[in-house]
Amino acid sequence: MPDKPAQENTTEAINQLHVFTSPHIHSQETVSKTMWSVFLALVPAGIAGIYFFGLPALKVIIISILSCVITEAVIQKLNHKKISTLDGSAALTGILLAYNLSSRVPFWVPLVGGIFAIAIAKQVFGGLGANIFNPALAARAFLLASWPKQMTEFVSPLNPDAITQATPLMLLKEGKFHDITQLGISYWDMFIGKRGGCIGEVCIIALLLGAAYLLWKSYIWWQTPAGFILTLGGLSWIFGTSGLFKGDFLFSILSGGVVLGAFFMATDYVTTPITKKGQLVFGISCGIIAFIIRRFGGYPEGVSYSILIMNAFAPLIDRYLRPRKYGTKLKTA
Amino acid sequence: MKQLIKEFTKGITIENPTFGLVLGLCPTLAVSTSVANAIGMGLAATFVLLGSNIIIAAVRKLIPNEIRIPCFIVIIATFVTINELVMKAYFPALNASLGIFVPLIVVNCIVLGRAEAFACKNSVVSSVFDALGMGVGFTIALVIIASIREFLGAGTLLGATLIKGFAPVTMMILAPGALLTMGLLIGIVNYFHIKQKTNKEITKAGCDGCK
Amino acid sequence: MDVSKFMAIMISMVFINNFILSKFLGLCSFIGVSKETKPAVSMGLAVTFVTTMSSIITWLIYRFLLIPFNMTYLRTISFILVIASFVQFVEMVVRKTSPGLYRVFGIYLPLITVNCAVLGVAVLNSETFFPNNHTIAGGFLMSTAQGFFAGIGYLLAMLLMSGIRERLELTNVPKSIKDVPLAFIIASLMSLAFMGFNGFRL
Repeated sequence: MPDKPAQENTTEAINQLHVFTSPHIHSQETVSKTMWSVFLALVPAGIAGIYFFGLPALKVIIISILSCVITEAVIQKLNHKKISTLDGSAALTGILLAYNLSSRVPFWVPLVGGIFAIAIAKQVFGGLGANIFNPALAARAFLLASWPKQMTEFVSPLNPDAITQATPLMLLKEGKFHDITQLGISYWDMFIGKRGGCIGEVCIIALLLGAAYLLWKSYIWWQTPAGFILTLGGLSWIFGTSGLFKGDFLFSILSGGVVLGAFFMATDYVTTPITKKGQLVFGISCGIIAFIIRRFGGYPEGVSYSILIMNAFAPLIDRYLRPRKYGTKLKTA
Repeated sequence: MKQLIKEFTKGITIENPTFGLVLGLCPTLAVSTSVANAIGMGLAATFVLLGSNIIIAAVRKLIPNEIRIPCFIVIIATFVTINELVMKAYFPALNASLGIFVPLIVVNCIVLGRAEAFACKNSVVSSVFDALGMGVGFTIALVIIASIREFLGAGTLLGATLIKGFAPVTMMILAPGALLTMGLLIGIVNYFHIKQKTNKEITKAGCDGCK
Repeated sequence: MDVSKFMAIMISMVFINNFILSKFLGLCSFIGVSKETKPAVSMGLAVTFVTTMSSIITWLIYRFLLIPFNMTYLRTISFILVIASFVQFVEMVVRKTSPGLYRVFGIYLPLITVNCAVLGVAVLNSETFFPNNHTIAGGFLMSTAQGFFAGIGYLLAMLLMSGIRERLELTNVPKSIKDVPLAFIIASLMSLAFMGFNGFRL
């Protein structure tokens, strides 16, 4: 701008020198948009869950989401903070919590679980972005420790009034069968979700659909889910119950909550490592712990505990797998 | 007399070993699963506190300063052993449910803390009141925590069912419940301190608190 | 002693019956020293060393002094004295011989004397491995292992806690919850997570 006096020019130049801290490049992605995208990716699995388990499943999902959203609003109001409860993170916690519950739970289970998830596992740490543990999984662990009976009653699919049916993993733990043929369901049944289990974990194909969307949009990366699923499946195959290298790879990854956990909870932005290398370590470690719990522990399923335990390790993983600063050399000990 | 009453009440209120000084955490969390356990532990600790405070105050001028801590530990351990034997003989059920926390009273910071901070500098009579105050304060704090945990975690108080149809939050009587209750209670105490601007927020816990 | 018993002790002491997260032993130092990783790890190493050594010493005392002379009622008093003098002795030796080692964990040794984890593991050993005051086969190795893995469990909890607390240093935690209360709540959630190992058997 040649017509401006020199003085003004300098001031403007100096103004242009102001640099804010990184990140400098902003995309259109906001926290809210990301959260709602993940939420959207979870919807097909929920529809499948409602199809298989009927309206009680819908009731659990709605109560859980409302409980989370309202608890967050109330706490932010009490703390005189800006109310950001509709940014999608509370709703996401709510839907994930519901997906980890049986459709048979009494109404107060998702209600109390939602309050615990938001109040204890999230807001106490300072709200979004600060929590260490995945709120939905912390709440699930709390519910399972508190009401083990209500939490482990499942219904058979497409027959919601029917007698309770144990999940395939529970039957495996009880030593009821060693082979999927003895169970009376096929791999295809397990793939489309025709089995007993938690609302959101049963329909693998719907979960994969949502996961594909998230991978395509780069909301999540392949490292964690691949590390998690392949490690768990591989270990189950190698150390099979009927002998070395005789385990059932497909059964181990189609049963339980491993697909839900690996794609949607072990990839949570806040509670898992930031670097790709760290995410791979995170996924593989989750797989190992989940296998150990399934195989030797008291609980039939270890996916949610494995993610929770690794959440506690995430800060350390981030610290020791920090990317090298550009231009510096690797420290040789 | 007024002084003595003050020695007694400070242990219950501002210098409460649990909520004021945050001492003796391990037994507090471990035995607060039921109110009965809490009362038992509180009384046992009060007994040890009283005995060690009396003896230490009585012989305080005979103990050389350099080896005072080992001397205190021997005196405290003696009373802990007496307490152990009495409990084993007359209250075997309580002894079993308190488990290793009965012998562990010997490393309870409250007892050693009072010996070091009070009994070795004061007369026998005021040490008695100090011990009683601290003991009662500890017992009250234990009972408060245990009431919360027993009511929520088992739906009972001293073994009696209060509300019919209440599905108890079992986690509260398990380990995570103890840690959570303690964290939230200290948070509440801090909240009131901050509100009244007393600058007494709890920022330290445990044995470093008395050093 | 067969390996599976050893593994069972390891899993039990590190994960299921972790001294801090499930037995509440050594909480004071856990809350007090876990703000930064370096001191937390040093403290953990010091505790591991002392629990291992005191398991060995107290086992020998129980086996060769207290039981033969029928003085098991002196357990508490003898254990605390032996542990306290041992810790003092080690502190002096470390200070004189190795300033480097002293800086790493020597300064934490005096704090450990009254750490209930140390006396706790000694008392626990004497109860588990001397049922009705009878010596059981392999008891010495098992009690040493129990002492060592109790320390490792403590170290693990310290390491995780310090990593978490360092990360939380910059977050917007409500003022009344900051520091001590938050540490308890984190410990509570960690304890919940470790419950996944409940019912473990090989």
